[in-house]
Amino acid sequence: MAIIEVKGLCYTYPESESPSLIDVNFKAEPGEFVLVTGPSGCGKTTFCRALNGLIPNSYGGDFKGEVMVDGLLTTSTPVYELAQRVGLVFQNPENELFCTTVEREVAFGPENLALPREEIAMRVEEALEIVGISHLKEKSPEELSGGEQQKVAIAALLAMKPKVLVLDEPTANLDPVSAKSVLELMHRLNKNGVTVILVEHRLEMVSHLVDRCVVFEGGRIVADGSPREVLYSDKVSELGVGLPKVVQVSKRLSSLIGEPLRFLTSDELASYVRGRVA
Amino acid sequence: MIRIEGLTYSYGDGVNALDGVDLEVRDSELLAIVGENGAGKTTLVKHLNGLLKPQRGRVIVEGVDTKETTVATLAKKVGLVFQNPDHMLFAETVEKELSFALINFGLQPEEIAKRVEWALIEFRLSNYRDRSPFTLSGGEKKRVSLASVLCYDPQIIILDEPTTGQDNLQKTRLASTLTKLNRQGKTVIVVTHDIEFVADFIPRVVVMSRGKIIADGPTEEILVRKDVMEASSILPPQLADLSWKMGLNTPSINSEIIVEEIRQMLRGEQK
Repeated sequence: MAIIEVKGLCYTYPESESPSLIDVNFKAEPGEFVLVTGPSGCGKTTFCRALNGLIPNSYGGDFKGEVMVDGLLTTSTPVYELAQRVGLVFQNPENELFCTTVEREVAFGPENLALPREEIAMRVEEALEIVGISHLKEKSPEELSGGEQQKVAIAALLAMKPKVLVLDEPTANLDPVSAKSVLELMHRLNKNGVTVILVEHRLEMVSHLVDRCVVFEGGRIVADGSPREVLYSDKVSELGVGLPKVVQVSKRLSSLIGEPLRFLTSDELASYVRGRVA
Repeated sequence: MIRIEGLTYSYGDGVNALDGVDLEVRDSELLAIVGENGAGKTTLVKHLNGLLKPQRGRVIVEGVDTKETTVATLAKKVGLVFQNPDHMLFAETVEKELSFALINFGLQPEEIAKRVEWALIEFRLSNYRDRSPFTLSGGEKKRVSLASVLCYDPQIIILDEPTTGQDNLQKTRLASTLTKLNRQGKTVIVVTHDIEFVADFIPRVVVMSRGKIIADGPTEEILVRKDVMEASSILPPQLADLSWKMGLNTPSINSEIIVEEIRQMLRGEQK
C-alpha cells in the first residue's frame, strides 16, 4: 500500500487569487526516495506543507481533493497523530530551533506525546546517534553551524519515529560540505526504510541518490519518473530547470556521436570515456 | 578601487579570522570570494564597509582608509547585501523597504520614485509593491534585499550568498543583472558557496582558507586546480571533477571545451 497518496489536490492560499496547486496526483511507496524540483513558485513548498497537514489545517485556504499519509487523511487527523508519521524539515533551521540545549530540542516532540521518561531518553539517544551529533547534546543550538542546526532539526523529527520525512530545500543555506553530509544522511535514513521526499534545486548534488524525480510547474506535476528519464526528457529541458553539467555534456555528445548517453554523474561519464579509450 | 594590506582580525577567541590578507580590487571588477565556512569571507567583506576595522594592516576604499571614516559615509559607497534577507527586511511594504535608505540619504521624492520604479522592474517585483516583504517566498525576499541596496546606487556592491534558494532561471537573471551593473562601472563582489554559479558567470575568483587567501586569479584557471579545491574544502565544479576523472591534461570548466575533448578522445579510439 502506498505510504503517501495524493488525489486531485487543488489548493489556493487565503487571500490569493490564483491556485498554488492544481489537480496534483501523487503516490509514494514505502521506502522511496523522491526528489521534488521545479522553478520557484511552482508549488513545491505548498506540496510539502500539504503532506504533513500544515495545509490546510494551519493555513486555511481553499483545499480540494485528499492527502493520505500512512492511511490517514490529513484533513481529519489531529496534528499529534500526523507528527508521528510525517516530519517536515524547513530551509532555515534557525527558525525552528528554540530550546536551550540540543538534547531538550530533540526531546521536545516525544515529551509532548507524554511518553514514559525512559522511552523519551532512548529516542533522544537514538536520534542523536543516527544523525551523528551525540557529541553536541549539551550545546545550545544557537552556537552550532548551519549544517549542525539542520541535523538537530532532523534528529528532533526522528525522535518522533516518522515513516516519512519531507525536506524543503534543507541544504539551501548550508555550505557544500555540510550540504553533502545532510544529503548523505538522508540517503542513509532512506536505506533504513524511511520514505524521503526532498525538495532541491541543485540536481547535481542529489540526482544519483534518489529513486524518483518529480517536477512541478505552475502548481502541476509535469514530469515524474526515474531521475535519468526525467533529466533527459525534452519537457524538463524546456522548463529551464538547472540541468547538471554532466547531463548537458552527455546530451551534446549524444547528438554529436549519435549514441544515446544518459549519465548522471561525472564518475559515470568518466568511466564510459575511459572504457572506450582504453 | 579597494586595497587591503596585511589585514589581520581576531574575534578575541585566540584564532585569527583574517591572517595577513592582501587583496587589490580594481574599479569595475566582478569577482567572487569562495572558501569553506569560517574561512574569513564574511569577516573580510565586513571590513569593506567599515562594520569591522582592521586590528592590523589597512583597508583603503576609494582612496579612504576605513579607520578614518564612518560606516554611514562608507555605506553610500559600499552596499552590502546580507545572506539572510530576514535580517535585513523590516518595512511594511516592498515599496517602503526600497525607499528607506533613499529617504535617509536625503534624496528628492522624484528621484526616490524613479529609483524605486527602476528596482521594482529590474527585480520583477512590480506585482509585490504593496505586499509585506515577510509574506514573500525566500527567493523573492532575496530579490527585495538586493534591490533595496542597489536602489541607492553604491559604487561597490557586495553580495553575501546571493544565490541561496534561487532557481536556475533566477540565477541566470541575477548573473545578467550583476554583469550589467559591472559593465556600467560598478565593482561587484560576490561571496558564495555556489561554485557552479562562479564557474558560469564570475571572471575572477579569490579562494580563502583559514583566514588567508590561498589562490586568486581567473576563474577558469583557479577552479580546476585540485590542490586549491582540496585545501579549501570546496566541492569542485562538476566539470573540473569530470576533467580530473578523465585524466585531461588541461582540465576545464567550460562544457564546450569538455565536449570537444571527449570527442577527440573518442575519435582517437576509433582509429
